[in-house]
Amino acid sequence: MIINEQVAVDHGLKKDEYAKICKLLKRTPNITELGIFSAMWNEHCSYKSSRLHLKKLPTEGKKVIQGPGENAGVIDIEDDDAIVFKIESHNHPSFIEPYQGAATGVGGIMRDVFTMGARPIANLNSIHFGSTQHKKTKNLLRGVVHGIGGYGNCMGVPTIAGQTSFDSSYNGNILVNAMTLGLVKKDKIFYSKAAGLNKPVIYVGSKTGRDGIHGASMASASFDEKIEEKKPTVQVGDPFTEKLLLEACLELMAGDSIIAIQDMGAAGLTSSSIEMASKGNLGIEINLNKVPCREAKMTPYEIMLSESQERMLIVLENGKEEKAKKIFDKWNLDFAVIGKTTKSKKIELYFDEKKVADIPVNTLVENSPMYDRKWKKAKLPKKNKIKKEDIKHLKIVEVLKKILANPNVCSKEWIWQQYDHTVMGDTIQKPGGDAGVVRVHGTDKAVAASVDSSAVYCWAHPLTGGKQVVCESFRNLICVGAKPIAITNCLNFGSPENEENMGEFVECVQGIGEASEFLKFPVVSGNVSFYNQTKNQGIKPTPTIGGVGLIKDYKNMITMEFKEVNNLVLVIGKTEGHIDQSLFARNILDEKNGPPPEINLFNEKNNGETLLKLIDNNLIKSAHDVSLGGIITAVAKMCIKGKKGINIKKPKYLINEIEYFFAEDQGRYILEINKKDFKKATDILNKNAVHFDELGTITENELYINDKTKVTIDELSTSNKSWLTHYMSK
Amino acid sequence: MKSAVITFPGSNCDRDMDVALKKFGFKNKMIWHTDAELPKIDLVVLPGGFSYGDYLRCGSMASKSKIMQSVINFANSGGMVMGICNGFQILVETGLVPGVLLRNKYLEFICKNVFVKINNKKNKYFKNVENEVLEFHIAHNEGNYFCTNDQLKEIEDNNQIAINYCDEDGKIEDRFNPNGSIKNIAGIFNKEKNVLGMMPHPERMIDSSLSGEDGSLFFKNLINNLK
Repeated sequence: MIINEQVAVDHGLKKDEYAKICKLLKRTPNITELGIFSAMWNEHCSYKSSRLHLKKLPTEGKKVIQGPGENAGVIDIEDDDAIVFKIESHNHPSFIEPYQGAATGVGGIMRDVFTMGARPIANLNSIHFGSTQHKKTKNLLRGVVHGIGGYGNCMGVPTIAGQTSFDSSYNGNILVNAMTLGLVKKDKIFYSKAAGLNKPVIYVGSKTGRDGIHGASMASASFDEKIEEKKPTVQVGDPFTEKLLLEACLELMAGDSIIAIQDMGAAGLTSSSIEMASKGNLGIEINLNKVPCREAKMTPYEIMLSESQERMLIVLENGKEEKAKKIFDKWNLDFAVIGKTTKSKKIELYFDEKKVADIPVNTLVENSPMYDRKWKKAKLPKKNKIKKEDIKHLKIVEVLKKILANPNVCSKEWIWQQYDHTVMGDTIQKPGGDAGVVRVHGTDKAVAASVDSSAVYCWAHPLTGGKQVVCESFRNLICVGAKPIAITNCLNFGSPENEENMGEFVECVQGIGEASEFLKFPVVSGNVSFYNQTKNQGIKPTPTIGGVGLIKDYKNMITMEFKEVNNLVLVIGKTEGHIDQSLFARNILDEKNGPPPEINLFNEKNNGETLLKLIDNNLIKSAHDVSLGGIITAVAKMCIKGKKGINIKKPKYLINEIEYFFAEDQGRYILEINKKDFKKATDILNKNAVHFDELGTITENELYINDKTKVTIDELSTSNKSWLTHYMSK
Repeated sequence: MKSAVITFPGSNCDRDMDVALKKFGFKNKMIWHTDAELPKIDLVVLPGGFSYGDYLRCGSMASKSKIMQSVINFANSGGMVMGICNGFQILVETGLVPGVLLRNKYLEFICKNVFVKINNKKNKYFKNVENEVLEFHIAHNEGNYFCTNDQLKEIEDNNQIAINYCDEDGKIEDRFNPNGSIKNIAGIFNKEKNVLGMMPHPERMIDSSLSGEDGSLFFKNLINNLK
């Protein structure tokens, strides 16, 4: 095959990138080499548009053992234990083939975690679909949920929390972000850096097939009407093999045979071998005839670019091959010595005794393109003035019922009941709360995790939105009594070649950076997904934040349901009445303009840390953060979960009832406190200068507002719980 | 009391069961599916999970694995054998208990707490359990119990139904049936009542911090009955 500029362009490379390849190689690449370059230099693998900006994120902290750059981030949770975690997108394949796309997303992120020696202990996911009226939404939702469950359930790893949203900007590009947490002993963490010469390079796991070829390139491009033709680029998952691979790898890792290990994810054998060589500053030589293949007559090009799942590449200590092979034989997995490390600093591939590729590793990695893309700064939109006549006729209870049944607020039980969330016997907070919580097996410690995103805020003002998502994650962890430690981010955006989309990316990242710096909540891992767009229409900017925190004694965990009649309910954090971009403004008033609520990082930190103090002093019976739908929605959810009522009295503020109850001001929490603890608790709040309102008292089973409006909790519960089940059964 | 939990490729509740058995006083041993012989024991447990990835039919391939012949012999000589979830699916595939387990009626995996009513206490599994109704936990995709009319008559004549899905008060009605099982059946015995297969996971209900504690009741009672 003659290689020229057109062939390169067909591989998704730009003309100048092709020229750069020829210059670096000092010759024209052959087809295998061109395939390798296209796989390594696409946006998904090279981060060419994002690298420059990601460097600005705070990634260090006292508890950070490993920041970005490895398969996943690692944090210290004391007593020699560490948590390995990361979130990753599988957006493009999930739109083309929802079941397999979502399933392999879950499989891929679990592999990233156990590659580092950690046993996965919890999965989370953040999934976003188009309008509920769009004809594809229902099937995509069902397929994605089945796929996530199909893989995670079979692996025996509980899915403990998640987030689902609907917005027409995802009509042509859904988002599927999967996150995994794993547990490892600090001295048993494995890395991908190869070391030593002439060490055997081992291939283990499933056989290589023709599935997923060019998957990473597909995920680096926009969609058009011919997107269905890309189905063959979607990988097919086999969770059973992955379960065996997990057990076999952990068994091998218990010994001292492994120098480096890397899973074959995006761009398969290509990226895994190059990454190990690059990090170790070595070369790798591979005989492609030794690679276990599923089909006959696969070419070197196909073998190198296949994204078949459930495969790992390992650099072993010399002489450990037999011992390692025995373990993989026991688990019925392929095991093949396919090459060795060399001092050439090149990737050299042989097939049928001919050299089929010869590329210096640094040309693929250090010399990969990096762009400083043009971007446009977003202006803060002007505030809207709500007219009295627009809200005069609104009845709070009716609005509340509408909000509770809104697709983005309603109960997601239909989804999470399809995920095994109790396997492993340590799930102490199930989905449906502020964060999922699992015990660290056999100890008193527990780890809390949450996933959050706020695309509407990010769309209205990316800088504020970026900060907000980090704060929301911080709050969700604090609500369950966990001390926030670190985050992972999944940055889902439109095309970086569009100045506005690129601007959204740059400013969201800046916001994330500012908030995580201030809250000492560093970013330890992450993933960027650009080109979430169809033709010229990009999605709303959707950075997803996965936060992880520690509860030292799991018996002190807090849940959100109201516990006891006659207990007092407080709101902490000031309510200014910010209605713009709230669920109320967008869905009840149909007002889509205006700025998102402001973030005050000082208050955010102070309110959160003070709440942790209250929790440490055993003064809190239940807690929940105020988010979509404002105070009244947060309170209603606590009532529904606890099957209790509340008698609410609006504090005498200047703002009106609607603003007080539905505003989405930030940094606020609803707390339940026993009457006898009121003085102690408010002393601590006052001492720390935290604003609080006394909201009301818990009652049996009705929600009363100012003694005049009432509704039964059963009625609210029905609004909240029936929408999704009803929608999916239609 | 000595127990053994068999690990098949794809089992994933084997550790949870090991933890539960030990917590309530069993000396438990993990047995690998390619072993030929069971050690000398008082109870064998086939744990939940996805043995062989549920490929072909749930439990089908595991039922043919090497260790199963000695499990079958052990059961036929009166030994206590309990299959939970995928373990129940394996048991029906061996024929140790009658019937089959189909895909859930609504074609979806279900993970939630359910109530079950104990139908028969004249056996070592449920003898002396004070409660009539237990709160257990299910997590399965194929738990829809089915058998022929003749089989059902035989099962009922021999009092082989162990537990039925019900509500908090023990009412056995269709609306409390999570998966479409015939007669709300959640677990059944063999004729001799030494073999029990059930979909619910008692091992996930052994701690007040988890989904509940009725699993603790079950295991405490079980070990006392075996003594």
